[in-house]
Amino acid sequence: MSIISMRNVSKFFGDFQALKDVSLDVALGERVVICGPSGSGKSTLIRCINRLEAHESGEIIVDGTALTDKPDDLEKIRGMVGMVFQQFNLFPHLTVMDNLCLGPRRVLGLSEQEARARAMKHLERVQIPDQAEKFPRQLSGGQQQRVAIARSLCMEPRIMLFDEPTSALDPEMIAEVLEVMTELASSGITMIVVTHEMGFARRVADRIIFMDKGEIVEVGAPEDVFVAPKSKRFGTFLKQILNH
Amino acid sequence: MMKRLLALVPVLLLLTGCSNSWGWYVVDPTTTSGWNNLKFMASGAYYTIGMSVTAIMISVVAGLLVAMPGLSEKRGWWLFNRTYVEIVRSVPVLVLILWVYYGLPALSGITLTVFWAGVLALALSDSAFQAEIFRAGIQSISKGQYEAAQSISLNYRDTMRYVILPQAIRRILPALGNQLVYMLKMSSLVSVIGMQELTRKANELVVSEYRPLEIYTILVLEYLVLILIVSAGVRWLERRMKASDT
Repeated sequence: MSIISMRNVSKFFGDFQALKDVSLDVALGERVVICGPSGSGKSTLIRCINRLEAHESGEIIVDGTALTDKPDDLEKIRGMVGMVFQQFNLFPHLTVMDNLCLGPRRVLGLSEQEARARAMKHLERVQIPDQAEKFPRQLSGGQQQRVAIARSLCMEPRIMLFDEPTSALDPEMIAEVLEVMTELASSGITMIVVTHEMGFARRVADRIIFMDKGEIVEVGAPEDVFVAPKSKRFGTFLKQILNH
Repeated sequence: MMKRLLALVPVLLLLTGCSNSWGWYVVDPTTTSGWNNLKFMASGAYYTIGMSVTAIMISVVAGLLVAMPGLSEKRGWWLFNRTYVEIVRSVPVLVLILWVYYGLPALSGITLTVFWAGVLALALSDSAFQAEIFRAGIQSISKGQYEAAQSISLNYRDTMRYVILPQAIRRILPALGNQLVYMLKMSSLVSVIGMQELTRKANELVVSEYRPLEIYTILVLEYLVLILIVSAGVRWLERRMKASDT
């Protein structure tokens, strides 16, 4: 059963077509990694899933609800889709604890005590419970991204979207974030990850999707596509990023 | 250079008493009448501060309410914001005070006391500037903050209240402090409709004592002290807010 179903989705930015008739199904609990050169539409694709970008044609159905501008549907879908951004986007004026509690308190209606308990649980999961009372700028990039992951998890989403979560990090911090994501993957949550971390993709992904120029060019299991990519474009891309 | 300095000599002579001898006795605190005059002048501070603080509180709220539609993508809302800002901003404060005090009762049948007419005119005038300050402050917050708020399903109101405005207000705090300084100074204009604030008190004293130079000098100092206190207050607030998130 697919939890996300995209049918012939197109998206334009002015004259530029970022997505061209993209169709994709993601099964419940599946871990999908999307890769491709910059400007290939991979970020746009996942940003359409929680409607940070509105698609122009085609349809996107998330857990049985079609994505439209209807506020009720949108709230329902955003409530079950968490997102982690390249630039973390933590709320800089709030402590780590308050960053985590804001959604549960305002959206889910939890009491302060419940929200804090839930926040601590997820901070422990991302291994930084001791940073709860600090402000984001007092943390390293890797710690900030782990807080961002915990902030999403506090909403108890069924789907997690990762938009190049390690691209803004120093190399020594990439591992700690990937480790948290690997642990998360083993918990059975549905994950769609835009990344160039091919080691992570190989270890964790059920499926690799290669995009180029707004289209899905190739889809396959990691053990197949890494060994023998079918399309020339994917082959070239893999060579470039594996040999750098 | 020398010539220019020499040109100042007659001015200095004028000031030091060639044609005007200083008469500081009118505000000499060691004499009973001087002390009473000073007390009389300072008593206007109550209304200067009262009007300015009341007006700034109203104008901040009004400014925020006017700023919000200015950020809307809907043309009607945006047009409302622009019209309000352009019209209100183009009316001189003095004209607005006269209009509210003498014009509004004729138009609406509501008669306002001098105090509330002054507050209303000051707040109205300032609200257009507050709206522009808020708009700039809100627009300076990065798109990522809105996206993060959306991704945890916060609605528009909560996003503004808990995410965007707290950050925007920190950024515009110096500008808000500036507006309070302006407000204190603009409140002197309300003296024309008879408000017993600092400037009016000074004028009344001048009429009975015939010592404009000394009395207006004291008036200048009164405003200076008030505004230095406000500046120090704003700086303290800025430091405190900074300290809370570093």
